[in-house]
Formats: sequence, structure tokens, C-alpha cells
Amino acid sequence: MATSKVRSGQSQAESVEAFSDLDEACATGLRQILDENGLALAAVPTLSAEELVRMYEGMLRGRLLDEHMLTMQGQGRVGLYLDARGQEAGVIAAAHALAPDDYFVPALREASAALYRGLPFRTFLAQMLGNANDPAHGRQAPGQVGSRASRHVIGSASVASQMPHATGLAWAARMRGEHTVVVGFVGDGGTSEDDFQSGLNFAAVFKAPVVFVCQNNQWAISTPLSHQTAARSIAIKGLAFGVPSFRVDGNDVLALYAVIKDAVDRARSGRGPSFIEAVTYRLGAHGPSDDPSRYRDPAEAAAWQRKDPLIRFGIWLHAEKILTADAQAATRQRIDDEIRAAIASEEAVGPPPTSSLFDDVLAEPSWLIGEQQAEYLRVRKRQSSQ
Amino acid sequence: MPEMNIIQAVNDCLRVEMRRDSRVVVLGEDVGRFGGVFRATVGLQEEFGPDRCIDTPLAENGIVGCAIGMALYGLRPVAEIQFADYVYPAYDQIVNELAKMRYRSGGEYQAPVVIRMPAGGGIKGGHYHSQSPETIFIHTPGLKVVYPSNPADTKGLLAAAIRGDDPVIFMEPKRHYRTARGEVPAGEYVVPIGKAAVLHEAAGRSARSVTILAWGAMVHTALDAVEKGTGQGYDIELIDLRTLLPFDIETIVASVKKTGRVIVVHEAPRTCGFGAELAASIQERALLHLEAPILRVTGFDTPFPYALEMEYLPNRERILDAIERVTNG
Repeated sequence: MATSKVRSGQSQAESVEAFSDLDEACATGLRQILDENGLALAAVPTLSAEELVRMYEGMLRGRLLDEHMLTMQGQGRVGLYLDARGQEAGVIAAAHALAPDDYFVPALREASAALYRGLPFRTFLAQMLGNANDPAHGRQAPGQVGSRASRHVIGSASVASQMPHATGLAWAARMRGEHTVVVGFVGDGGTSEDDFQSGLNFAAVFKAPVVFVCQNNQWAISTPLSHQTAARSIAIKGLAFGVPSFRVDGNDVLALYAVIKDAVDRARSGRGPSFIEAVTYRLGAHGPSDDPSRYRDPAEAAAWQRKDPLIRFGIWLHAEKILTADAQAATRQRIDDEIRAAIASEEAVGPPPTSSLFDDVLAEPSWLIGEQQAEYLRVRKRQSSQ
Repeated sequence: MPEMNIIQAVNDCLRVEMRRDSRVVVLGEDVGRFGGVFRATVGLQEEFGPDRCIDTPLAENGIVGCAIGMALYGLRPVAEIQFADYVYPAYDQIVNELAKMRYRSGGEYQAPVVIRMPAGGGIKGGHYHSQSPETIFIHTPGLKVVYPSNPADTKGLLAAAIRGDDPVIFMEPKRHYRTARGEVPAGEYVVPIGKAAVLHEAAGRSARSVTILAWGAMVHTALDAVEKGTGQGYDIELIDLRTLLPFDIETIVASVKKTGRVIVVHEAPRTCGFGAELAASIQERALLHLEAPILRVTGFDTPFPYALEMEYLPNRERILDAIERVTNG
């Protein structure tokens, strides 16, 4: 796509070339490297065996953590938790495509990217459990992890609100002449929000170095994609903003990495934003109050189980002798043991200090909060002395 | 000391702060080449370029959302919402994102964004160019809300907002953008957030003493009432709140203890307006110092009208009527 040379602040109407048949094919086709049986159909991106194993472990760690968290949620040990089972490929492909100083702006199910990019595992679990070791003092529901050091922005549950943040971060980097790139995630439901439009539109107009990844998992709670949009694909919406857009098999970590890495490189070299639709599936429920059996055909879910991104990647890694099936099983056991040990140790940690309830509202604390805190502490002291 | 109107004070402040700190950027609709619909940002794009005085697409959620992202990166964005009436598309960004960034991240991330917006009626703008939505932001933990009435305070408080690390909703009394004139210190000038100003002092407690609390354009209406009321023998203390969140409770309570009577004047509708919070806070601290119920002179619980806007807006007569009632005058 030939994008215009619009610079921020200039309002000269410069024509943007109509998108070509190739642009349209990229936005409505399905880019794939590994087929559903784990066979490579196209050239595999340049990645060392070490990198490939690391990506596999990142996906697997996300999957196993989800399983533990869901079990603990069922037992009342963890609160509102949204899992990413089936969607790990996009998360880890994007995380791997970024440089350490780049920012990751998550939607709802990308916590394992923070872990992949350096958030300490203990801190991650402390956040999940909302205990005293959580630097954010357990203020957010499980899964909304992050830190400045890991360049993973601590997000919210307000759908698509993070899209303009990703644009603003990237735009600021460009203004400062720095080469930071930002990846921003969104879901299929989020593409109906105004913030989706503003995030993409501002990014396109100001050539912000941002890569948006839409995890199209087909369902926004009970709302299917057909009720979310009448567009031919989600990716094609990006073309309307003048943004190069690609529809990719969202369960194919190699294809996702290839497309996202290209987009990150384009952004870093000053060629503006990209939009990538990862066609995937939410294998589980939306959240604890959800029951997909009330609205989803079980055959549909079963068909997607067979397209599981971890299984597919595992078959290929075995066939390529990069990580054999036996080694994969051993890896699974090792990671699972790590998770169990860490959970046991973090669960022994108590809740955040009650005083933290009143911290961090403002940089400069206000008398209003101070007064409410004093009242709270007085009553608490009375309670504890009784 | 140069004399300026409020628009010139905004412009002067932005220029000084942008020269002082390269992280300060201005963004909004029509703020660059045109200089803003009220001309508050005139000349900034010429001096600082299109990357620091940015004309944006027409999307308030996008303006605030991108400003948040810029602030996360370390910039100091000053976003302009063309009229306060158009801030609602950005409401989610302000309430759920901007105001919560520091708390939800335990201070790992902060978003020191200033959002300027012309507010209030009296300019024949109708419902969509006249509202005073300060209360919804005062009710939002994680924000500061500032609403000056005159040029010097506008410059000094805006500078404080830009330099501080907290997000600030900065409302400007557009009815008096050009009519309120006054001396404004040249160069760098900061007025601390959180301090009210006593514009007219009462002599002390008597049967005719009363405190009026006002902010923004209503300060000018209240000044009118003070002049007339003083002539009628009332002893009036007028406080310009200047900062609404956190409001200056010490100055307010000291005045209430002195005069024994309070009238709150605001343009916004009465029910759950900021006057209600002030009345509650005052009675919690000074009930036994009160000689009479706290009265509110406010906009009505109706949408803001066009043709009859001067009937809707609190005026001198309604304030004088409240003074009579509160003193059994």
C-alpha cells in the first residue's frame, strides 16, 4: 500500500493510493506457514533452535498457568481470571518480535507476554494472587500484570481503551526521535469500539510506529463475529484507515511471528503502523460466569481443539528434531513443577498492607484521601482492640 | 506587569511552559494552524512546530487516549477539548484510564495529562456549547480539577497543572475569556493547586454576614452581587475556589466560622452538583457555627437552554435573593 507523506500538524490533503488487489488479498486471505497437521507449507522465518524452544516454552508456560489458575478459581483461591487457552501463539509471537525497550500494550489475555519479556515469575504470581508481593498492591483482578522494566503496560478491562494508548506511546517515541516500537492487542469484540477506530486512525495519520494485533477468537462472550461486524474480515477494516493489514492463522506461531516481525521492522524504520488479524479461537469460557454450551456448537469447539497452536508447533518442532516429543513432555513437567512450587510459596504470602488502599491515587496526596484514611484507621484500631 | 485576558493568559502560559520543557506538547482539534476556535493556541505551531502543537482528527476519545499514551512514554501532553460539552466521548478514557493509571500500576506508570476545556454558558451556544460538567470529574478518584476565574490564576494554575505529576481537568470560563482582564506576571508563573482565594473579606459575624463560594464565570456574577449587596448593608465574604479537587476546606471553614452563613453558586444543575458536596463538608466541620441552612444558587435540573440561557444561569438577583433568605433579611 502506498501511504501518503502526511506529517503531523499538516493538513494538506495528500492523496492515498487506492489499495491494490494484493492489499485486499493480504487482508482477507489467511497467511499460514504451519498447516493444521504441523507441516511447513512455506518458508520458515529465520529463528535459531534456541529461540524456537523459548517460544514453545513461553506458549506452554501460558497454557499451564491458565490451567492452574482456572483450577484455583474454581476452588475460590483466585478471583476473576480470564484465560488465553488456544490463543497463545499470537501473544508469544508478538512478545518475541519486540526488542527489550519496545512496549507491549495488552488487551485482556496477554499476561504471559509480560512473563516472556522479563517480568519475574514471582511478581507475576503475586499479582495473580493479589498478595503483599504485588508491586501494585493487589489492586487489579488477576491477569492484569505488568511493569515498567518489562515494558508491559498494566492494562484495564475497558475494552479497546488501550488502542489509543499504544498509538500515543508509539507517537511519542517517534516525536522524541527514538526507535521504540509498540505492539497493541485488541479482541474481535474490541473492533466495534470507538477506541479501535481512534487508535488506528491516529496511528495512520501520524505514522506512529505501532503494530496492532487483533486476536479474533470468534466470540465476544456469547456474541459471534457475524454479530460484531458485517465486514469481510477484521483485517480489511485496517485498509480503510490506510494501514497495511494482514489476516493470519492465529494458531500458527511461525506465520504470526513472520508477519508481526515484518510489521515491527516497518514501524521501526519509520514506515508507520500495521494491523494484523490473528484468526484463532477461545477454547474455554470468556470468564467464570460464562457457559459457552448455552450458545456454542460443541462440534465447533472440538474442531478448533484439533487446531491447537501448541500441538501444531510441537509436531513441527519434533519433526525438525528441534525439540522431540519426549523433550516436550519433560519441558511440560519442569514448567509445571516450577509453577506448583511458586504457587505454594506465593500463596503463603499474606494480603497487601491495608494502608496501601490509600496510596498511589495521586502523586501529591490530597487531604480528602488523608482524612478518609485516618477515619478508616481509627475504626480499624478500635475493631482490633475489641 | 502586562495586562491580559484569559485567552492571552492561556496562550502565554503554554508558550512559557513549552519553551521551558520540551516534553510539553499541545494537541486537539484545530489547535495548530488555526490556533484553536477561541485562539488560545495561536502561534504555538509556528514556534514549536507541528509535532508539538498538533492538529488531531475529530475524536475526543482519541485525543485523550493518545495523550495518555504519550504521557506513559514521558511526555507532558496538554489536550484541548474544544468545548466541555464534547468531553463525553472521552469520559471512559478519563475515568477508567487516565485517573486510574497510577493506582492500578502501583506507581509503575503515570499519566500526567492536562485536559483543557472551555466550559459554562452565556455565549449563546446552546446546550452543546454551554455545559459545566465539573462534578463528574470531581467524583473521579485520581484526578485534580481546576476552574479559575481570572487571567493571572489561569496562567499560574495551568503552569502548576503542567508541571505536576497528576492528571488535571482544567476548565476555563469561556464567557469571560475576553472580558476578564487583569495584570499577569510575565515569564514563569505558578499558582499552587488546592488553594482558594478570598476576593472580598467580611468584617466579621453579624446578622448580615454571609460567605459566598463560587468558581469560574460565577465568580464574576458573585462579584456583582457583592457590590450590590454591600451597598444594601450586607457583610459578604467571597471565596473563589479556583481548585475544585482537592478543594481548600481550610479557607472555606475559616470563612464559615467567621460569617455563620454560606451560599454556594454554580452554573451546573443543582442535584448532586458540587454545591451538595460543599454543603455536606461544611456541616461536618462547622454545623454549630452556622446561623442558617446552607443555600445553593445554581443552574436548574434542566438541559442547558439556548434562548433562555440568561434565565437558566445564576444571576445577581438570584444571589441577592439567597442572601436575603439566609439572613432572614
